[in-house]
Amino acid sequence: MGRITPLLWLLFSAGGTVAALLFPVHLFLTGLAFPLGWLEAPRYEFLQRLVTHPLIRLYLFVLISLPLFHWAHRFRYTLYDGLQLKHLTGLIAVLCYGAALLGTAMTAHLLWNSQ
Amino acid sequence: MNAEPRYTLYHPRWYRRRVSVWWWLQNRSYAGFVLRELTSVFVAFFAVVYLWQLRALVQGPEAYGQFLARLKTPLFLTLDAVAFLFVLFHAITWLNLAPKAMVMRLRGKRVPDWVILSSNYAAWLVLSGAVAFMLLRG
Repeated sequence: MGRITPLLWLLFSAGGTVAALLFPVHLFLTGLAFPLGWLEAPRYEFLQRLVTHPLIRLYLFVLISLPLFHWAHRFRYTLYDGLQLKHLTGLIAVLCYGAALLGTAMTAHLLWNSQ
Repeated sequence: MNAEPRYTLYHPRWYRRRVSVWWWLQNRSYAGFVLRELTSVFVAFFAVVYLWQLRALVQGPEAYGQFLARLKTPLFLTLDAVAFLFVLFHAITWLNLAPKAMVMRLRGKRVPDWVILSSNYAAWLVLSGAVAFMLLRG
């Protein structure tokens, strides 16, 4: 565990930066402005075509995967400090990073197999 | 006075007061800290929503239509509104912390905090504008 700690911190801060810079606008549009009809939502065909572009695929991979690792790292410490679950250290770490890895694998799989 | 500390075979148990799980509600700055830490839950929530959208998009127009209909339900609108506030809180606290977390030097001089701060906020503005421009074209 000790040897990969610097990598986990790097993923945490990279994911935090991605989430800080890009999540507010994506969440505002996708979660509020489009469903509520404030702005006109992009059509299916347009998004479908967009996702076929290699750069957009890379963008989506980074956009989904890094913030998941940011969550895993921060939430792990939230559970330690907030709920005082220090005795469950190993289990919590496995669950958090495991979930982030699973999400990353699903994203890669979807992007790889989409036409 | 004896210079050597006395060691015992068994380490004594320190006296520790039990701290309530709600310790962070006693003080505003503690509460702010915990709220900031909790933003990660909403960051993950939205990452999963985007993953879900990607899956619907790959599966076809029908699945995508179902995804859009689900986002229009009061449950998801409420979750998204709350998540938006938390994600905004994350963005502001993250960008404000950047000059303290990463001290940059240019020709031996420390780059002033306000330069780093304003370039971060400028990057935020430009990127948000670019994303909105891309998505509003379609």
